[in-house]
Amino acid sequence: MAEGNKLNLAIGLGATCSGCDVTIVDLAEDLPKILSSANIVFWPTAADLKLKDLEAMADGSIDLCLYHGSIVNEENAEIAKLLRRKSKLLVAFGSCACFGGIPGLGNLTNREQLLETVYGTPSTENPNGIKPQGEVIVDGYRMRVPRRLDLALPLSGVVEVDYLIPGCPPQTSQVRDSFEAILSGNLPPKGSIIGPGKNLCDECPRKREGKAIARIVRPHEIIPDPEKCLLDQGILCMGPATRAGCGAKCIKANMRCEGCMGPPDGIRDQGAKMLSTIASILGLEGEEKMTEEEVAKLMDGIADPVGLFYLFSLPSSILRRKWGEV
Amino acid sequence: MAEGGSWFEPKILGFLCNWCSYAAADLAGMSRMEYPPNIRCIRVMCSGRVEPSFVLEALREGYDGVLIAGCHPPSDCHYQSGNLKARRRYYLLRKLLRELGINPDRVRLEWASASEGQRFAEIVRDFTEQLRRLGPNPIRAMRVGGGE
Repeated sequence: MAEGNKLNLAIGLGATCSGCDVTIVDLAEDLPKILSSANIVFWPTAADLKLKDLEAMADGSIDLCLYHGSIVNEENAEIAKLLRRKSKLLVAFGSCACFGGIPGLGNLTNREQLLETVYGTPSTENPNGIKPQGEVIVDGYRMRVPRRLDLALPLSGVVEVDYLIPGCPPQTSQVRDSFEAILSGNLPPKGSIIGPGKNLCDECPRKREGKAIARIVRPHEIIPDPEKCLLDQGILCMGPATRAGCGAKCIKANMRCEGCMGPPDGIRDQGAKMLSTIASILGLEGEEKMTEEEVAKLMDGIADPVGLFYLFSLPSSILRRKWGEV
Repeated sequence: MAEGGSWFEPKILGFLCNWCSYAAADLAGMSRMEYPPNIRCIRVMCSGRVEPSFVLEALREGYDGVLIAGCHPPSDCHYQSGNLKARRRYYLLRKLLRELGINPDRVRLEWASASEGQRFAEIVRDFTEQLRRLGPNPIRAMRVGGGE
C-alpha cells in the first residue's frame, strides 16, 4: 500500500452513462470515510488527472481500480488494458462492465449501421454525409477519433477481471459492503461476483401464488396490485432470472425488474433462463387441443424477446450478438 | 463453403426424450432402418428438460441444427405436460433466434412415439436435407473464416 498507508484508488470508465459515478458520490457520509483511507489517483469524472498521469504510474501501483462502462471502441480497450497493468485489483463496476450492459444491445446491429443511424438519418443535419474518419489532420495537428469495435464487450472481453459488482447502477449498500470486503481483505475467490448468489424473488416482498398466467400484460395496460407477484399479474418481471442484492428497489416502486443485476449463480445465460421461465408459467387455456400454429402465434405475442430478456447482458450471453440476416 | 454444396455434411445434435423418441431411435436402429449418420443423440428424461440454453450452446459450438424430440401432445408425455412446456419454449426460442440472426429452422421440435422408428428415421433424413440446403451454421462459418 502506498503513501501513508492509504489505498491508491482509481476509477476508470468506458462506454458509460456515468450513473456508476453517481452511485459512488451517493455514498454520502460514507464517502469521506472511504476517502480518508484512499488516495484517488485517477478518476476522469471527478478529478483533474490525465491519461499521461496514469501512464507515468508504476505497474501495479494502483491498489484498487473500479471500472465502469462497456468496451465499445479502441480507446476503451486501450485504457482498460492500461488500467489492468497499473492495478493490483481490477473490479468490473456496474452492469456495463460486468455484462456489456445497455450499450451491448448495439450487438444487434453493426458498426456501419450504427454510424449510418447516427450520422445519416434525416433527423441529423449532415448535408455532406460526413462520418468519423478515424484519423484527420487539422491545421497540422493529428486528431484521432477512436474506431468503434465490431462488438460491444464486457470488461472481461479485453482484460482479466478480479471481481464484479453488478447493478445499473450498483446500490450504495453494495458499494459500501464491497469496499469493506476489499479493505479488510475478506474477499471471495477471484473472478466472483461480490453479492448474494440467489435470485431476486428470494428478497422480493411480494406474495407469489405461482399460478399460471393466461397472457403477458405490458406495464402500461394495468396498474399492478402492489402486494402480489408481478409475474402472477402477467407482467414480465425478470426477477426469476436476475441476481438479488438490489433490495428489490424497482419492485417496491411497483415496477417490474428489468434484470440489471445479471444472472444469479449457476445460470449461464440470463435471457435463456427467462425464456424458459416464461414458457413454463404461461398456462395456455385449452392448450392440449391447440395446433402447433396456434401455440406459435401465442408465443409471438412476446415482442422483442432479445430486448426484454437481454437488456443488460447480451454481450456476455451464449450467442452474444446478431449473426446475420434471416 | 457453398450453400447446398453436396460435400457439406451438416452436424445435428439431438435431444431425445427417454420414454418415446429415444425408444423410437432405438427401434430404428434395431430394425436396421437407414438414415443419415449426421445426428448425435443425447438422451434426456423429457423434452421439457431441454433448457433453451442447451440449444444456444449447441449452436455456439457450431452444430448446424438441433433436434428436440419428445412424446406426442397432448397426452403422451410421461410427466403429463413436459412436452407442452417444450413446445412453448420452442416457439419462443424460434422468435429469439430470428432476432439474433440465426435461421430458426436450424432448431426443430418433433414428436415420435416408441413405436415410430420409421418416423424417426424420416425426421433425421428430412432435417439433414433441410440443413444441407440452409448451409453451415453462420457461427461456425465466422469462426472458421476468422470473423470471430
